[in-house]
Amino acid sequence: MGFIRLAAEGEGFTPPSTADFNLPPVLAGNPYTTKPVLLVFFSVILVSIFFILASRKASLVPNRLQFAGESVYGFVRNDLAKDVIGPEFMRFVPYLFTLFTFILTNNIFGIVPLIQFPTMSRVSFPYVLAIFTFLIFHYVAIKHKGLFPYLKEIMFMPGVPKPVYVLLTPIELATYFIVRPLTLSLRLFANMFAGHLLLLVFILGGDHLLQGVIGLKLVSPFAFLFGIALTFFEFMVQVLQAYIFTLLTALYVAGALADEH
Amino acid sequence: MSSELKIFDSFASNNVALNYAAGEGANPLIPHTAEIVVGFIAFSLLFIVLRSKVVPMFEKAFNARTEAIEGGMQRAELAQRDAQIALQKYTEQLADARGEAQKIREEARSQGAAIIEDLRAKAQEEAARITAAAQVTIEAERQQAITSLRNEVGALATELASKIVGESLEDQVRQSRIVDRFIAELEGKK
Repeated sequence: MGFIRLAAEGEGFTPPSTADFNLPPVLAGNPYTTKPVLLVFFSVILVSIFFILASRKASLVPNRLQFAGESVYGFVRNDLAKDVIGPEFMRFVPYLFTLFTFILTNNIFGIVPLIQFPTMSRVSFPYVLAIFTFLIFHYVAIKHKGLFPYLKEIMFMPGVPKPVYVLLTPIELATYFIVRPLTLSLRLFANMFAGHLLLLVFILGGDHLLQGVIGLKLVSPFAFLFGIALTFFEFMVQVLQAYIFTLLTALYVAGALADEH
Repeated sequence: MSSELKIFDSFASNNVALNYAAGEGANPLIPHTAEIVVGFIAFSLLFIVLRSKVVPMFEKAFNARTEAIEGGMQRAELAQRDAQIALQKYTEQLADARGEAQKIREEARSQGAAIIEDLRAKAQEEAARITAAAQVTIEAERQQAITSLRNEVGALATELASKIVGESLEDQVRQSRIVDRFIAELEGKK
């Protein structure tokens, strides 16, 4: 705490806060021109161009670009969709693939030099994705099982003594309609938010120390080094969160298709 | 401790001030309308692009590859089976040829033996024939010799006897009768 206090007493270090995520619009007054919004559109363009170029030839023996694209696609298709969902997986591959690449790209923006902002740390985007997943897995379940059997399955889990339903039914209803979409979006949001905040603390802190007295200047590289180490850690978290979001979506869809509870 | 707490207080008040400055709520869990709209549009756009352009192409490549691999394996299997059949055929042919060679050798051996046997038999026959002919000749010559000797010995003896006895034995008939008697006597003495 010592150096923070010193810094605070010296020039008044302002630690990063939630306010750092409220970036002002590029065009004053237009909320559609903020950095996160532009980054989201940029990610769409980036992912589209990359995969269109990678898949354009679709040759038997892939070149490097195609191989790279196929690796990502094959991972989502086989390791996520096929293994989790089962024989009907192909219907959901486009959605899961979009989900994974979209989240991954926007997460990695958090450590890309000059961009350095994980768009998923703006909670609206995870909310949108969770809403999509929520609608899809409920739609699939209703179509597969019928509305009332599905609701009955959620509310009255078979093989449970009747009095337990007093406790179980609200829990199950909450799980399916509130907890699932909420945890899905908040997990992604919170990871990106906290990660970005952490990087801000060490990099802005290191920068601030550099402007202090000579003793603080000597400490500053450690803050930067730690910031760099955390960047690698963040990369791992960013990939992992993209994976988890997609995996959970696949699991929910698999549950919607499963006949036994 | 108390000074640190004071600093945290000042941080907190700073945050509040900044949040007010930014003109938005401090709570990061409150979504923004613009971002929600953008999120829907952007994600849907990406979904449409990937679904219509990327997924079918990748699937095409995957299927083509699977087919190529399976086809290749089938072809390899076929080639292997052909090779197996050919090998079997060649082995059979080789075995046939070996058998044939063995048979021919056997035949040649037996034929050779037969030829030798035949030749030996012929040679023996020839030898026997020659021996028999020689014996006949010898017998004939002996007979001839005996006959001529008998005549000559007869004549000589007669001549000698006539000289000794002084008796003319000119008469041919008498002469031969005497000789015969003489020889018979000689033979009787034997």
